Amino acid sequence: MNRLGRYLSSMVLAIAVLAMPVTLIAQSTMPPAPYAYTQLDDPQQEAVARELMETLRCLQCQSQSIADSDAPVAGDMRHQVRVRIAAGEHPDEVRAYLISRYGDYISYDPQISTTTWPLFAVPVVLLLLAGLVMWRRLGRKGEAAT
Amino acid sequence: MRQLRITLWIIVVLAAGLFGLFAYQLTQPKDDSVRSAMIGEPLPQFDLEPAFEGRPGLASTDFANGEPQLLNLFGSWCIPCRVEAPQLEALERAGATIHAIALRDQPQDVARFLEIYGNPFTRIGRDDISEIQFALGASGVPETFVIDGSGRIAYQHIGVITERDVPILLQELQRAGSGS
Repeated sequence: MNRLGRYLSSMVLAIAVLAMPVTLIAQSTMPPAPYAYTQLDDPQQEAVARELMETLRCLQCQSQSIADSDAPVAGDMRHQVRVRIAAGEHPDEVRAYLISRYGDYISYDPQISTTTWPLFAVPVVLLLLAGLVMWRRLGRKGEAAT
Repeated sequence: MRQLRITLWIIVVLAAGLFGLFAYQLTQPKDDSVRSAMIGEPLPQFDLEPAFEGRPGLASTDFANGEPQLLNLFGSWCIPCRVEAPQLEALERAGATIHAIALRDQPQDVARFLEIYGNPFTRIGRDDISEIQFALGASGVPETFVIDGSGRIAYQHIGVITERDVPILLQELQRAGSGS
């Protein structure tokens, strides 16, 4: 190995050693909640819980669902979902509980409300508009041909 | 022809407006914290074990005693929580009662953290699975709530308490105390 290579590898090692205690401190030493990474015994309930988890937003890494995220807080949210589903709650109830704490932001299942209705209305309006324009153009062309 | 030109200009203006909106939104500072929907609501019921042997545990009933109090969420593993330690001390010196919930934390870690960074807390409960964090609608740590004398959540502060936030929190405490 040449000199530069050796120098670089010792630098990398030094950085790794320096960075290690910091990352160790930054992680909680608490083991994850019991149902963070453990599936429910009943496969049907697990499937229901799983489906719900995929439509709930992780608080920490907000572009991921709690099913996708490895953040500790996502694990704790999965535990909540599994425990509540196992206790017989309907997925809608679990979602409603989280929305009552965090607002609509926690849910990836958008609802029509006073703030979100334009999102649903605009595509319909645009489609109608496009249809109108096409109808007029084609209609006119048809008239011209006859 | 004239009508076509007007239509084209309208499209240009609309497109320019859209890009203007993008430019504006992209240059705005991003606030991606998830706010609690529990502001104004009574504190959820909880009864937590002590986070370490130096302080008693924390229950929701410790709050409805007529006095507005602070509820701080922290973790010894949370680096920003160290940054706000002096500000919590300042709040305590100013007369605020501060209770805390330690999230996902081991007693020995909590003890060491408080030994190093100070302990302005009257009671500290432990929440090992973030259950009370979710019940409060808290997005993470550090986070601080003002709870009024009747046990209602009056105000939420997300993130580190900076020096600038200390007077704001004291003001919110006072407002919560004046029985709004």
